[in-house]
Amino acid sequence: MLRVENLNMRFGGLQAVRDCSFEIEAGTITGLIGPNGAGKTTTFNMIVGELKPTSGRIVFEGEDIAGLPAYKLFHKGIVRTFQIPHEFGQMTVLENLMVVPPDQPGERLFVNWIARAKVAARERQVRQRAEEALEFLSISHLRDELAGNLSGGQKKLLELGRTMMTDARLVLLDEPGAGVNPTLLLKIRDMISELHRERGYTFCLIEHDMDLISSLCDPVIVLAEGCVLTQGKMEDVRRDPEVLDAYLGGGEDE
Amino acid sequence: MIDFIGDLVNFYLIPGLVLGSIYALGAIGLTMTFGILRFANFAHGETMTLGAYFAWTLVQLTGWHPIAVLPIAMGLTVLVVLGIDRGFYKPFRASPTIMLVIASFGMMLMVRSVVQFIWGVQMKAMVPGIQMPVVLFDWLRISPKHMMIIASVLVLMFAVHYLLTYTKIGKAMRAMSDSPELARLTGINTEAVIRATWIIGAALAAAAGVLLAVDTHVETMMGFKLLLPVFAATILGGIGRPYGAVAGGLVIGMAEELSSYPWIGTEPLLNPGYKAGVAFAIMVAMLIWRPSGLFRGKVY
Amino acid sequence: MDQTYGIFLYVISLLTMGGIYAILALGLNIQWGFTGLFNAGIAGFYAIGAYVSAILTTAPTARHLGGYEMPYPVAFAAAMIVAGILAWGVGRICLRLRSDYLAIATIGIAEIFRLILKNETWATNGPRGVSMVPKPFATLPEPWNHLAFLAMVLVTVAAIYLALETARKSPWGRVMTAIRENEPAARAAGKNVARFRMEGFVFGCMLMALAGAYTSHYLKFIGPNATDPLTATFLVWVMLVVGGSANNKGAILGAFLMWTVWSATEILTSRLPDDLSIRTAYVRIFLIGLVLQIVLQKFPRGILPEQRLASSAKAAENTGRPADRPST
Repeated sequence: MLRVENLNMRFGGLQAVRDCSFEIEAGTITGLIGPNGAGKTTTFNMIVGELKPTSGRIVFEGEDIAGLPAYKLFHKGIVRTFQIPHEFGQMTVLENLMVVPPDQPGERLFVNWIARAKVAARERQVRQRAEEALEFLSISHLRDELAGNLSGGQKKLLELGRTMMTDARLVLLDEPGAGVNPTLLLKIRDMISELHRERGYTFCLIEHDMDLISSLCDPVIVLAEGCVLTQGKMEDVRRDPEVLDAYLGGGEDE
Repeated sequence: MIDFIGDLVNFYLIPGLVLGSIYALGAIGLTMTFGILRFANFAHGETMTLGAYFAWTLVQLTGWHPIAVLPIAMGLTVLVVLGIDRGFYKPFRASPTIMLVIASFGMMLMVRSVVQFIWGVQMKAMVPGIQMPVVLFDWLRISPKHMMIIASVLVLMFAVHYLLTYTKIGKAMRAMSDSPELARLTGINTEAVIRATWIIGAALAAAAGVLLAVDTHVETMMGFKLLLPVFAATILGGIGRPYGAVAGGLVIGMAEELSSYPWIGTEPLLNPGYKAGVAFAIMVAMLIWRPSGLFRGKVY
Repeated sequence: MDQTYGIFLYVISLLTMGGIYAILALGLNIQWGFTGLFNAGIAGFYAIGAYVSAILTTAPTARHLGGYEMPYPVAFAAAMIVAGILAWGVGRICLRLRSDYLAIATIGIAEIFRLILKNETWATNGPRGVSMVPKPFATLPEPWNHLAFLAMVLVTVAAIYLALETARKSPWGRVMTAIRENEPAARAAGKNVARFRMEGFVFGCMLMALAGAYTSHYLKFIGPNATDPLTATFLVWVMLVVGGSANNKGAILGAFLMWTVWSATEILTSRLPDDLSIRTAYVRIFLIGLVLQIVLQKFPRGILPEQRLASSAKAAENTGRPADRPST
């Protein structure tokens, strides 16, 4: 589905990602792990369009998407979440979700004045979809709360909820488990696997929590010093002496 | 041939150099406030006006030469600008910097109206009378005031260069311009750096105003007319780059003067009424092709 | 009786100019209040509208370009379109950069336009300006001509207000708020931030041009000085900030309020002896600048603070919860 080919990223003298190549297969939940400084976040940011790679290709369904801006990737079906929740603080929870869906005629200024019925019809659909997402996340009771007033965990759920507002093909999760209490973490894990099962989303996640990774991800791609060290099932990767070495050499994670 | 070169040098290149070095002085201050306080200071032009009026008043009171009272005018302007910072900019240190842009925009009109109230709107001559130019090599004519302006600019620029390169506060200023977060972490006293930025910026702006007044005259709109070319010089040189600002100022000044040279035929290439447009055109071109400027400044 | 009639006419002119400023303030509100763009060259777009409309409607004359004698609606539309195209050009260059650059570029555009107005005498009659601009409803008897013009201005203000309120509550307005709240998240939600900014900027500039067109017909004259950055740009900023940015009602209130203050103080100072009168004019400017600074620092939300998205109010109605929430 998404193939990274010989990706390189240099910041001044620092080579953060070096000749990195891997593939995210359709229908998988792929985990991207590695010690600090392995280049996970840089790779992630290149895939989601926040960084333009120095060289190399990122091929999504046959098309090179390297360097495309984030908003265009969204319309190709690549959706992301943020590690630190990026909620729209002064908007309600419901609005936070309603803003997401594409193809809203009312997003054209002039359409709002000349085709109000069309806008209203689409608004009803969008609202319906947002209500369903809130139901799924079991935060329906917070629908009219300003997103800025939510707890950290609730904001994390809202991040996940935004990915449900469009027909995503590939969902990239930036540390969905970071800063979340153990109970909520289990809930988030179940939601990810349900979305994967029911909606057929392909997931790719960066994560430090190894329990979350091993219970969700297959395969796991291990990065170290800016390139792929190995990949495979978590239980195999875990025993790989090179991986152990990388983690010990690079300092234990977090 | 000599006539041709003489004309070009005497009537276009030298005025361009003079104007350019005045722009450069203004642009140094503007680029530093932009780089360190992170906002486009619209009141910078009025700072120049204020300096010119202080100098004019001092000249009237003492009868000295404008260059002799220049340091006092610079000092007075610095005091006013520090007061403005305390009263009108400091409250916005933690706000989005666009608030500072609005505040400075308001300040531009406030300072100008004060100047107009105190001194009136009539043009005033800084140096009465007309000076005869000195003739060199038979064809090079340069007026003493132009020599004086260029000499003063050189002295001031060397002072700034020394300050930025060798003093502790100058190094701190450069560090903060490069990365404010890092500078804060390394324990640089941000308020001291900001104060130093205002002092240097205001002093140079005042000098630019006084020197322009020596070249032409004193009037209340002089600062506003300087604002656009000085912004252009700042962007051309790269924001946060004092040396870039100098280069930018010189380029803009030269380009403005040379634009009305009859390059083709006998008519000026560009109607002199559009001189101010040259700076703007250069600025727009830079924003399109290279917003970081010639010297790789910051782009926000 | 005569005096009462004089006051009546004064109030009409006060409301007419106040209404024209309300159009300017609403235009700026789209740019600053909703989109967060700093336009320091309102005067430029205002002047473009004024000149385009004036030149298109005047009778043939040797003094400047003209003689097209177009109907008013065509002239108004042309004024808005020309300003819109120019705004689009400026936006293409500056909107990808931070707002400061837009401020510098817009103030530059306004100055360049002043240069053109002064130098291209064949088209604009230079510093002497375009006079004998026809005034709508001029054939009506006194005072109905004034009242009809006032009605036209007020109807326009009302129409713009309704259009902007619709826009604010629409998905478009929702995206605008989202961009202001969290730009990276808006991009990640597939929103082309540059496009939305451009729409806000261009639309705002078009309204400014309409206000300019109205002014030239109202005053029957437009010259380079009528587009003085002070009255055309700065006053509008003060109006919006005082009235309450991001609130359309606030923009209108601020426009009428500050125009009344501005106009009333002018009457006061003009009664002073000549020398003093000229000087106190500068005191007025200083004081109005001071008002801006004080409001910015102490009451940044203005008289009528921003109301958050109406869809949240609607949602609140549905669940019976108060719509008023702190918005800081």
